[in-house]
Amino acid sequence: MNEPPAIAARGLTRTFGKTVALSGLDLGIRRGELYGLVGPDGAGKTTTMRILSGVMLPTSGDALVAAHSVVNEPERVKEKIGYMSQRFGLYEDLTVIENIHFYADLFEVPAKKRPPRIERLLGFSNLTPFKDRLAGNLSGGMKQKLGLACALIHTPEVLLLDEPTNGVDPVSRRDFWKILYDLLREKITIFLSTAYLDEAERCTRIGLIHAGRILLEDQPALLRRSLDMKMLEIRPDNIRRAAQVLEGVEGIAALSVYGDRIHVGLRKPDSFDAVSGALESHGIRIESIREIVPSLEDVFISRVGHE
Amino acid sequence: MSENGIAVEVKDLRRTFGSFVAVDDISLRVEKGEIFGFLGPNGAGKSTTIRMLCGLLSPTSGGGSVAGFDILRESESIKKSIGYMSQRFSLYDDLTIEENINFFSGIYNVPRQKRAERKDWILSISGLHERKEELTRNLPTGFKQRLALGCAVLHDPSILFLDEPTSGVDPMSRRNFWKLIYDMAGRGTTVFVTTHYMDEADYCGRLALIYRGRIIAEGTPAVLRHRFMKQDVLEIPVDRPVEALEALEKEGIESSIFGSTLHVVVEDADAAVPRIERILSAGSIKAGKIEKILPSLEDVFVSLIESS
Repeated sequence: MNEPPAIAARGLTRTFGKTVALSGLDLGIRRGELYGLVGPDGAGKTTTMRILSGVMLPTSGDALVAAHSVVNEPERVKEKIGYMSQRFGLYEDLTVIENIHFYADLFEVPAKKRPPRIERLLGFSNLTPFKDRLAGNLSGGMKQKLGLACALIHTPEVLLLDEPTNGVDPVSRRDFWKILYDLLREKITIFLSTAYLDEAERCTRIGLIHAGRILLEDQPALLRRSLDMKMLEIRPDNIRRAAQVLEGVEGIAALSVYGDRIHVGLRKPDSFDAVSGALESHGIRIESIREIVPSLEDVFISRVGHE
Repeated sequence: MSENGIAVEVKDLRRTFGSFVAVDDISLRVEKGEIFGFLGPNGAGKSTTIRMLCGLLSPTSGGGSVAGFDILRESESIKKSIGYMSQRFSLYDDLTIEENINFFSGIYNVPRQKRAERKDWILSISGLHERKEELTRNLPTGFKQRLALGCAVLHDPSILFLDEPTSGVDPMSRRNFWKLIYDMAGRGTTVFVTTHYMDEADYCGRLALIYRGRIIAEGTPAVLRHRFMKQDVLEIPVDRPVEALEALEKEGIESSIFGSTLHVVVEDADAAVPRIERILSAGSIKAGKIEKILPSLEDVFVSLIESS
């Protein structure tokens, strides 16, 4: 456990005029973690990414990324990391292979090392058949994989991905995650940001960022179990009336409607009967009722609340 | 078939751009008061369909009606009966909140005598009474979103189109937003939501999954999960997920990591569980109890696409 952390940030603060984008952010990411920075738009995700990748200086605080300071040695940081921004940073009028060569030049990858590495990157991203296609003519999913291949050309120790799967179709999204797991086997540290809680479930550890600060941090499974509430999923025959009735039942700490289901959070385990009793006494038939594990959304809402 | 009537009905709707078929003979029927989700990845044909439904783009072939008006011949009447909220919210950042409401009242020709009452309603659903003189740009995303929703329904449309309404919004604001949507639907407004975001689709009463211009499945979220997903999804808690994934892969079983668990899609859970347990214990990987979990809408989507 004496291995130095992949990322260690202390008190990162960044202001833009009067706007405080980051406010004393601390991070400690071990080597080989797949860490997800989760939060809504405007919470500070992209600012964090830019600072950790050495392209933007913090107003105060510092971070060590792959053991180099982003404040004092940003150029060394850039050599050690791969960074994929939301736009993937591709040249649309260059072909797939030309884009990869461009990044190889940029990172001064020695000529001898290029052919095997490029072949491998094209292989794992399934882009070999498309290597002569213009990047501008690739689908969203393929662009994303090319962006990733370019970010990996210099075999970085830490990979920074800013909302990598935004707008990508679900099949490509799965393929992309498979590639990330392959990278984890090689002990690459992956730090990614996302606004999607279902995506956050896939990370080994997540931090919830809100208003420029980490509010909660843990493994997704532990966070879900940390909620001192029992969650029920109910499928009533009349969803709107059922929701109205349940609003008035004592012991219900959370209630939300999802299409044809209602999720109810109970403070006390014994209010289970109160729930079904209240519905039945109003003539609402319960199609099914079962206990479920709280979602990350349930956890965040109950522990963080509103804005 | 319904006590309420039909809000949207289209048959064999098709739109091509050159040789590209963006929408490939889509048929849809949405009842009044429904919250209908149109779910698919970017480029699947969602926006092209919406633009045809709103009377902004004419179909290459096929036709239908929206709010009782013909989409080919009565597009002007359609525009007056619908509200549209885009994911960028289309508010003017450099106007105050009140100025934005006044502006949209004008655009939608809200009768003078109704304007004050509508404004008051928007300010209260968005919780902005105290802040109506502030610039819109300074609002947190959740407030902006509710303000945009209010502006989109100023003229009391019978159908509301929402384009990825809560992408990038924090979870609490998202729930509040959906509460408003359920209220509107409860009062008879039909809500048509397009999204590529599986989580959001879960809020809809009924869904159509669109892929490459075609509807590949339709039903309530529960029906989609149970009827369209032939396989079972297993959740396996493991002490070393990456090694467990490798061990299963060597035996031809594909899995994905979810934090400290693996998810595996199998044809038959009863046969697969003992086999998985054997493989993991041979690799001395500690596994907890393997459980069947409810497939996510993403599982359903991926399974449908892969089998088509």
